[in-house]
Amino acid sequence: MDLYEYQARDMFEKHGVPVLPGIVAETPAEAKAAAEKLGGGVVVVKAQVKTGGRGKAGGVKLARSPQEAEEAAQQILGMDIKGHTVHRVMIAAGAAIAEEFYFSVLLDRAQRRYLAMCSVEGGMEIEQLAVERPEALARVAVDPLVGIDAAKAAEIVDTANFPEDLKAPVAEVIVKLWDVYKNEDATLVEVNPLVRTEDGSIIALDGKVTLDENAGFRHEDHEALEDKAAADPLEAKAKALNLNYVKLDGSVGIIGNGAGLVMSTLDVVAYAGESHGGVKPANFLDIGGGASAAVMANGLDVILNDPQVKSVFVNVFGGITSCIEVANGIVGALETLGDAATKPLVVRLDGNSVDEGREILAAANHPLVTIVDTMDGAAAKAAELANA
Amino acid sequence: MSIFINKDSKVIVQGMTGAEGSKHTARMLASGTNIVGGVNPRKAGTSVDFDGTEIPVFGSVADAMAETGADVTVLFVPPAFTKAAVTEAVDAGIGLAVIITEGVPVADTAEFFAYAQSKGVRLIGPNCPGLITPGESNVGITPANITGPGRIGLVSKSGTLTYQMMFELRDLGFSTAVGIGGDPIIGTTHIDCLEAFENDPDTDAIVMIGEIGGDAEERAAAYIKEHVTKPVVGYVAGFEAPEGKTMGHAGAIVSGSAGTAQAKKEALEAAGVKVGKTPTETAELMRAILTK
Repeated sequence: MDLYEYQARDMFEKHGVPVLPGIVAETPAEAKAAAEKLGGGVVVVKAQVKTGGRGKAGGVKLARSPQEAEEAAQQILGMDIKGHTVHRVMIAAGAAIAEEFYFSVLLDRAQRRYLAMCSVEGGMEIEQLAVERPEALARVAVDPLVGIDAAKAAEIVDTANFPEDLKAPVAEVIVKLWDVYKNEDATLVEVNPLVRTEDGSIIALDGKVTLDENAGFRHEDHEALEDKAAADPLEAKAKALNLNYVKLDGSVGIIGNGAGLVMSTLDVVAYAGESHGGVKPANFLDIGGGASAAVMANGLDVILNDPQVKSVFVNVFGGITSCIEVANGIVGALETLGDAATKPLVVRLDGNSVDEGREILAAANHPLVTIVDTMDGAAAKAAELANA
Repeated sequence: MSIFINKDSKVIVQGMTGAEGSKHTARMLASGTNIVGGVNPRKAGTSVDFDGTEIPVFGSVADAMAETGADVTVLFVPPAFTKAAVTEAVDAGIGLAVIITEGVPVADTAEFFAYAQSKGVRLIGPNCPGLITPGESNVGITPANITGPGRIGLVSKSGTLTYQMMFELRDLGFSTAVGIGGDPIIGTTHIDCLEAFENDPDTDAIVMIGEIGGDAEERAAAYIKEHVTKPVVGYVAGFEAPEGKTMGHAGAIVSGSAGTAQAKKEALEAAGVKVGKTPTETAELMRAILTK
């Protein structure tokens, strides 16, 4: 889960990372009040969106008075930045910046440990820096069993070539940022820029934090950080039903078991769609291992409520999951829906109890259900029906 | 022969007395796996009856190993306790730990992987179906009745795609099929399995199944080019996955230009690996190699 900047700021503050005061606002009036609360002086009004390039898009504005903050918020709220609508701004206290640096710590999947990256050249896009001046970006491996202690932080600032007088204060902030990474179960903590102000303080001016959702069980407060309003209504419904669902743009509804097989099903449908008017998958939906008839019926309920869906492809290879449960789930859901069910279903079953499952579907003989023996054949049929 | 497990593997189950653990212990036993014990400190000294086979429960992995000579452990413990359970198995000096558990915090995996590596213990998973050497040993949740022994080696991040591929090639059979798991950090990688299959005299050809996220497939492609002489066919899932959305597996996420299915397919093809557009087409590529 990616956090908004204001959420990252709050989390930094909680762990003692130096940050500037900041208040989130959802209306221009709130923005004005926030600027007043911050002393009525210079503030920065920053769009809160989970994407980069806000500055270039006009989503960050300097305001010299609460009145200007209100006007800036008026302009920024509702703005579209790379497909993200701005619903909130953060009013941040102004700072006299002398220098900008970069720091991040993240999961290094390839090396199966953590990686700290640090540069005395902050502010710009780090991907650009990594390509254009790789020598300016220090990369330091972090042992998961040790973490970033004082010695590791000293190594990081040395490798990044900080001037002598800044090494100790920057290292101190880096250790605190590690506390955020470790204690909040983050997979990314990035500060860009980390600044030195004219009065010599080191401050995390903008932060990006990604949290590990698998660790939610030991962080009760993380659930509140989730942006429920931003979720697609079908995704929200699926989540409430405990289904693993992602909404896509196409017209073939997909239900399968196991993340890999479902991802593969999306691809096979898109591939088949090349011969059927370019139809694409409408969603990803994994009913998981050992799903019951009820889970299968819930899945169908979500998919059939997607107005973009024209046909549905149920693709199950029964490992733990029994094809009997899948077939019963389909038959039960169609019975419940009655005349409300209008979309054709293509079903491909293999594996655990396949013969029994196919028999249940054959006996129900529902006019909307077509059984196809192979995955590729079923994908072609579903694509054809969506294009009809 | 085979890789990582064979008919001589003596397997213990951590979490055997839980719902998932007991269900799958019964399945593993039914498929011929030599299960020699379970571990649960609160039930030490008791035993569990699996359809007439009494499996003893030990208080610790160390006790189980001392009593039975076990060399493999399979874990069905909940995510919150996985790190402690793996650490216990590593400390006891087990050779191989197969972690089925889904939903382990990645920081825990990073820590227990680093620890296992320092002690020379191989981990498979977490969030994986385990591995099967058909007819000899089945450690994990792979259905044993899809196909039998053969000369194809299979490595995959995904469980159901493993089953699908075994089904497609059921007439040919497998030496070993390994589900390495879909988490961002996993104990055994595609490369580890490719190396083992290359060195296994009973494996003639390899199917490698990848998916979006990370760069494991790209690195595997480079490895194949340098070190693998046996034929490899590949399949990559996730061409339709949008950027920034996790598709079920915590590790299956495309971020920016990194981790796309297209990049992985191109890397494999550049290494001389034939890549199928669908699982069925991939199976046909393998069939053509083995039956020519």
